[in-house]
Amino acid sequence: MKTATLRVHTPEGIVFSQLLAGPVTRFLAWSLDLLCIIAMLTALGILFGLLQMLSANIASALYILSYFIISVGYGIACEWAWRGQTVGKRLFRLRVVDAEGLKLQFHQIATRNLLRFVDSLPIFYFLGGIVCWFSSRCQRLGDIAANTIVIRHPRIAQPDLDQLLAGKFNSLRLYPHLAARLRQRVSPAEAAVAAQALVRREQFDPIPRLDLFANLASHFREKVEFPAEASDGIADEQYIRNVVDVLYRTKS
Amino acid sequence: MIIDLQRFLATERPAWTELERVLDKLDAQRLKQMSLEELERFHLLYERAASDLAKITTFASEPDTRRYLESLVGRAYAEIHETRQRRPQAALLGWFFQTLPQTFRRHIRAFYFSVAITLAGCAFGGFTIALDPASKPALMPFPHLLQDPAKRVAEEEHATKDILSGQKTSFSAQLMTHNTRISILTLALGMTWGIGTIILLFYNGIMVGAIAVDYVRAGQTKFLLGWLLPHGVIEIPAILIAGQAGLILALALIGWGKRISLRARLREISRDIVTLIFGVALLLVWAGVIEAFLSQYHEPVVPYSAKIAFGLVELFLLCLYLGMSGRQSRAGVPPAPSDPGRQPKGRRDACPTL
Repeated sequence: MKTATLRVHTPEGIVFSQLLAGPVTRFLAWSLDLLCIIAMLTALGILFGLLQMLSANIASALYILSYFIISVGYGIACEWAWRGQTVGKRLFRLRVVDAEGLKLQFHQIATRNLLRFVDSLPIFYFLGGIVCWFSSRCQRLGDIAANTIVIRHPRIAQPDLDQLLAGKFNSLRLYPHLAARLRQRVSPAEAAVAAQALVRREQFDPIPRLDLFANLASHFREKVEFPAEASDGIADEQYIRNVVDVLYRTKS
Repeated sequence: MIIDLQRFLATERPAWTELERVLDKLDAQRLKQMSLEELERFHLLYERAASDLAKITTFASEPDTRRYLESLVGRAYAEIHETRQRRPQAALLGWFFQTLPQTFRRHIRAFYFSVAITLAGCAFGGFTIALDPASKPALMPFPHLLQDPAKRVAEEEHATKDILSGQKTSFSAQLMTHNTRISILTLALGMTWGIGTIILLFYNGIMVGAIAVDYVRAGQTKFLLGWLLPHGVIEIPAILIAGQAGLILALALIGWGKRISLRARLREISRDIVTLIFGVALLLVWAGVIEAFLSQYHEPVVPYSAKIAFGLVELFLLCLYLGMSGRQSRAGVPPAPSDPGRQPKGRRDACPTL
């Protein structure tokens, strides 16, 4: 699946990044929205079915108009009311935003939704999907015209390290200045890899587990060199425990 | 940079919370206008959060805080660097009598282009049906248009039963939604560098030209005018305006003679094409009502002269509206350009990640 980040450099020299949603996630969110539209139309069909007893002509006209308004206006109304989200986008944690990090405007929402007519050609968003796949910002034609992107903000679950690490002596903590340097040099992604390896350690076979922690330990040893008495004689897995303890638990 | 994270979080979190509160109020539109002090405070909080983000970005142990700050800075950045004029929610009447006709006139060349393509289609369709009447099924793929015009007119004028009885409202709704869909498609196909829009306009012209010549050749000009004018004088311009919107989009994509980026060009026209297509939808609602409730009734029920006169009055009013409406206010207060050449100062790029 294609993923990318959009980096915005502010005039203050600050960089913030936003994760772009790929075509597959967006298609899944759209499928969910389609189900919502079908559910609404079915409910209206039942309602207007009852109304038909009073006037078949009016009921039929109202159904035709409602069908059109819901199928075309669903995306516009939801994205405007929920600041760039529909039901599907909410569930998949996606959001439409301005491509330059600015405030999303109504005409942008309307443009990107009206251009679904061309994105959905010939069927099931084939054209939009192809364009999105090859676009560096994962934009379909409607997004390009409206200058919007779809970002995702996955929920970041902090691993429950307290049970994993509590009560263990950590030799690295004897050197607070080196521990601080380690925290400064390790990127969030590297820290997350180490924490995940610990959390999921029981899922690995013995030999791959040894290899994995050996590689990780060697990687983190290169980041900051601790004195031999702090690191020698410690198993690689224990070394990674200590590293994660230093990174995630700032209070000993 | 080595920082004492606990102290850092304890010190800075109140400022982040305050910034978040202001942003929430702005999102909920509860802060209509900020005082100078509030603006200064907002700016200070933004800069402080941005600076905190820079400090914490390389700090491994707090990915959640970094994401939170990124989101906060992103939202505040959008508020502070948004330079597009914030218009009050335009009242429908103001939008209809000023914004829409002004937008139409601002892009009048695209409209003329749309008219020219349709006229070319009309000429093609007219000549083809005149030279080769057998081509009718290919040019007009609608069964009710394939029969002999004189025969149809005789049938309609001697009909004893209202074929639309009890269906007029639903027929009207069908016409409105179908024509609006076609109009949106005509606009959307502007993204094919205008090729799709041109094809649709040309094809529409072929049908109109072929029908017109077919009825004129059969000596049914009066019927044709009485049948088409009441709704056609609104419906056809509506399709032409949809074509105009599609061509505006295409011209922005192509960018002839413009030295600004594709994104800037698209930003310039995005609001205008939405204005035009909403206007088209309104026109088509009117056309749908007229087509179902008036156009399908002929002499002796409704005299042709009355229908033709009604159509001409509509056409006159439409021309007056599109050509003149909103001009006075424009002389007093020039309308804001669709998106004043806004370019945020920041630099953006997209980069693939692992």
